[in-house]
Amino acid sequence: MKLIQISIFLENKKGRLLDVCSLLSAGKINIRALTVAESDNFGVLRVVVDKPQEATTLLKAHGFVANLTEIVGVEVPDKPGGLADVLKILSKHNINVEYMYGFLEKSSNRALLVFRFDNSDTAIEVLKTNKIRVVGQKDMGVL
Amino acid sequence: MIWNEKMECMGHEDLKNIQSERLRNLVAYIYKNSPAYKIKLDAFGISSRDIKSVDDIEKLPFTTKEDLRDSYPFGLFSRPVKDINEIHVSSGTTGNPTVVGYTKDDLKLWAEVMARVLCCAGAVPGDMIQIAYGYGLFTGGLGFHYGAIEMGLSVIPASSGQTKRQLKIMQDFKPRILGCTPSYALYMAEEAKALGMKPKDSSWKIGVFGAEPWSEAMRKAIESTWDMCATDVYGLSEIIGPGVAQECQHKAGLHLFSDVFYPEVIDPKTGKNVKEGGKGELVITTLTKQGLPLIRYRTRDIVSIKYEKCKCGRTSPRISKISGRTDDMIIVRGINVFPSQIEHVLLGIEGTQPHYQLIVDRKAGDLDELDVLVEVEEKIFSDEIKKLRALEEKIKKEIESVLGVFVRVRLVEPRTIERSEGKAKRVIDKRAL
Repeated sequence: MKLIQISIFLENKKGRLLDVCSLLSAGKINIRALTVAESDNFGVLRVVVDKPQEATTLLKAHGFVANLTEIVGVEVPDKPGGLADVLKILSKHNINVEYMYGFLEKSSNRALLVFRFDNSDTAIEVLKTNKIRVVGQKDMGVL
Repeated sequence: MIWNEKMECMGHEDLKNIQSERLRNLVAYIYKNSPAYKIKLDAFGISSRDIKSVDDIEKLPFTTKEDLRDSYPFGLFSRPVKDINEIHVSSGTTGNPTVVGYTKDDLKLWAEVMARVLCCAGAVPGDMIQIAYGYGLFTGGLGFHYGAIEMGLSVIPASSGQTKRQLKIMQDFKPRILGCTPSYALYMAEEAKALGMKPKDSSWKIGVFGAEPWSEAMRKAIESTWDMCATDVYGLSEIIGPGVAQECQHKAGLHLFSDVFYPEVIDPKTGKNVKEGGKGELVITTLTKQGLPLIRYRTRDIVSIKYEKCKCGRTSPRISKISGRTDDMIIVRGINVFPSQIEHVLLGIEGTQPHYQLIVDRKAGDLDELDVLVEVEEKIFSDEIKKLRALEEKIKKEIESVLGVFVRVRLVEPRTIERSEGKAKRVIDKRAL
């Protein structure tokens, strides 16, 4: 039930994000979610794509440093307090969120978020026990 | 004023006789007292009997920094450690630093040559000197200290750093002489201006600047900003520390005290002496040292030498300003830095491939800055920024502890460091030296 994220090291240089996107585009790889975390001189681009293995091979062949990370997709009720409820459950069980970001979703009756936890398995178990829907690659339309 | 007129103004023939006698004694002394040198000389099939005059010096083998490293810490010394009164340490190329030792007589020699330096720069007994070179394992502070006391100056052992305090001491005590690195002299000028002081009103009239390369443009900047006479001092810890050569007020080359430090200029490739006046690597033999005398030490500094008598009356040979190095050593804020030291640190940090580059820069009126670029490899890459930041910090701390110099570490993408013929360009020096 886990999702695979590709993390890519990028220097803070003009056009580097464009380089990655152009490369993925040329490889006919579709980006489903994306976020950039930044430091003074570099950033880490995190993407969820439809063909993660293929995308990674392509990126590495073009000299990018990239690795794969397991993340967890969570369906959050699209209403005030929806995210807070999920976070409350995680907090109660001492589960730390390293980072999280939103998912591109065309149908709008649900909000999809992806989480990076210290320990994905424990997190998934806790979420499921508390009747929070955890979604896999297939549900997210990335397979 | 000339501190040791007899030695500094001696006719060339007399000087040569003294050098020849000292060289013969030196070779006999080292052969007898330094087991490591004995092996070296035996391997070369040479003994003091082969040395008739100083012209025979070319028959002797060179000594290199690697020889010192291989005999770390005291293996090349010609005296047992109990006879050594003072020990100093400077950077080595990898692993072990370079260790030098002084007997009581060596310390007297150091005081003597540094007294010559200070006189040569224009100091007179009774002057006050502010010594803003670092005191400690670095030879700068203590070398100046001993020389200043020897020639009868009032010494302020300020050591390096704490700029506001340096400036207050200058304003309140009014020393006429300043000793520090040239970049620190400019840095202090900026600080002084920021504090609302007028550098031109300062009490410093003579500067004795060294421990790092600097240009004529920098000299002009220092002289016009502080309204002082800025002179260049040369030295290296292996020979004695500061005190090997010094400019007089005519600033026409640095007078090298060749009665005690015999200079040669060689072609670094062939090892042969270059034609008189030609550029090459400076090689120095310490003619009278006891603790760690060195035969034909390769300084790796590129200079030329002229032998005519100077307008100041000194007959000592004069070396040009250092115009480069024959190795990849760089001097950052007066500290010797070898790229191999950084390579060593990176190798030691798990998973870090040593693809790195050093960028040295010196903005106008500021101190040297050293950036270390490290290419990120898959093994050390993480999707978490905090882990990458922690890696940067770890590399920074380890490099700083090895070099003793502040650095900035920047992670860069793989294969972004320029490679020429497959070999990475390790150092980019942007300073106008």
